[in-house]
Amino acid sequence: MPYRLLKFALSKKHPEPPFFQQPEQLKSSYDAVIIGGGGHGLAAAYYLAKEHGITNVAVLERGYLGGGNTGRNTTIIRSNYLTPEGVAFYDASVKIWENLSQELDLNLFYSNRGHFTLAHTESAMRTMRWRAEVNKHHGVNSEVVGPYDVKRAVPEIDLSCGGHAPILGALYHAPGSVARHDAVAWGYGRAASNMGVEIFQNTEVTGLDIQNGRIVGVQTSRGNIKTGKVLSAVAGFTPRITQMAGFRTPIVIHPLQACVTEPMKPWLDTILVSGSLHVYVSQSSRGELVMGASLDPYEIHSTRSTLDFVEGLSSHILDMFPFLSGIKVVRQWAGMADMTPDFAPVMGKTPVEGFYLDAGWGTWGFKATPISGKAMAATLANDKPHELIHAFRLSRFAEFELTGEKGAAAVGH
Amino acid sequence: MKLLNCPINGLRPVDEFAYGGELRAQPDPQTCTDEEWADYVFHRNGAPGLKQECWYHVPSGTWFIAERNTTTDSVERTYLWGEA
Repeated sequence: MPYRLLKFALSKKHPEPPFFQQPEQLKSSYDAVIIGGGGHGLAAAYYLAKEHGITNVAVLERGYLGGGNTGRNTTIIRSNYLTPEGVAFYDASVKIWENLSQELDLNLFYSNRGHFTLAHTESAMRTMRWRAEVNKHHGVNSEVVGPYDVKRAVPEIDLSCGGHAPILGALYHAPGSVARHDAVAWGYGRAASNMGVEIFQNTEVTGLDIQNGRIVGVQTSRGNIKTGKVLSAVAGFTPRITQMAGFRTPIVIHPLQACVTEPMKPWLDTILVSGSLHVYVSQSSRGELVMGASLDPYEIHSTRSTLDFVEGLSSHILDMFPFLSGIKVVRQWAGMADMTPDFAPVMGKTPVEGFYLDAGWGTWGFKATPISGKAMAATLANDKPHELIHAFRLSRFAEFELTGEKGAAAVGH
Repeated sequence: MKLLNCPINGLRPVDEFAYGGELRAQPDPQTCTDEEWADYVFHRNGAPGLKQECWYHVPSGTWFIAERNTTTDSVERTYLWGEA
């Protein structure tokens, strides 16, 4: 538990000071500029200041802090990936998550639940065995379990899933957790701000100044900045920024929708994912079921919601949990997922010197927040890709060396 | 349900269609460089705007082209290849 809670309870000074400073004016130059005030951008700012002593940093956010995909995901944290590179990377993230509330001195509601990826077909079972073996080999706690282990953990489940998709087994991943996503952005933002990083909300980047293949500045809605290092951590807005930088990437934007039900008494302790039924579900600390499904099937640059989505998702949830038929969906929303062809992110250097990408986070970005912040900070500070992100470099496509991670996506998109 | 206008079958529910991605010119694989080929295979114009896209009407097996605004998701027009 963060000690700050205790201090706050005993303090006579109320209310607390604001989470972070909000300077009026941009300075004319910074050592580094981070585009995007979500979890990834703020984490990068925090580790730049903490681990590399670079504090003359501006974080530019078009809307409000954590208002993009940081505040739109379904908050699941896991490391049961398929490729050795992916497993090593996400496992490093989980290890930071475990102590992050303490480090940021903010209660992130980090809650270790255990994570079942259900298999309804023999081919899905084969992928689960594959993932379990890769995970164990890299010291990550995953194992294949039978249907009755699922039933023991979640007695409410209908193991036949309405009769048409019987559960044959599951990949069980004990470290699977959830956390409060907004708090992650606020925690990193506050900690970075305390070390001198300047955060600007409502500040849109309108252009990049590039001379002789090198970044020299950023144009914003609040004026121009000179800088030699720029990190783009803007998820669904990535293609707009790379267009300003003058190069193309494989990233295509698809909306990913999610919804929550009205709150219930706690009954679902674990996180459940079903690739065949295209659902993932967990119960939040407020009692709501947080549910997501697969991507919308074509490119849209918008966060609109659709009725098709809740209808489809509800029918699949009812296959698993018929007793939920009387429960209401109270809220739905969407995020713009920056999808890559191999379901791995795009991180590191780009064709423009001094311009770095932290993108391609599609439907798998929230869990990577701490480690991607750390890796991108090191990459910026040393102008050399961090060792954990070599397999995620942008040039892997031109080199035909993809990092096939689709088998570990939460649901078959 | 959103409707899409198939040039052969008229207005049909969008569920009957599959998205084939942005319409792109294929370089000649015999003469292009590896970089040009990789650019064609992987890279996309991911920025929002009015785009020409390939769409497929699954029940009738019809490929066609749609001009669609990817911000508003409104389809301006649809036509068969070669009709422009």
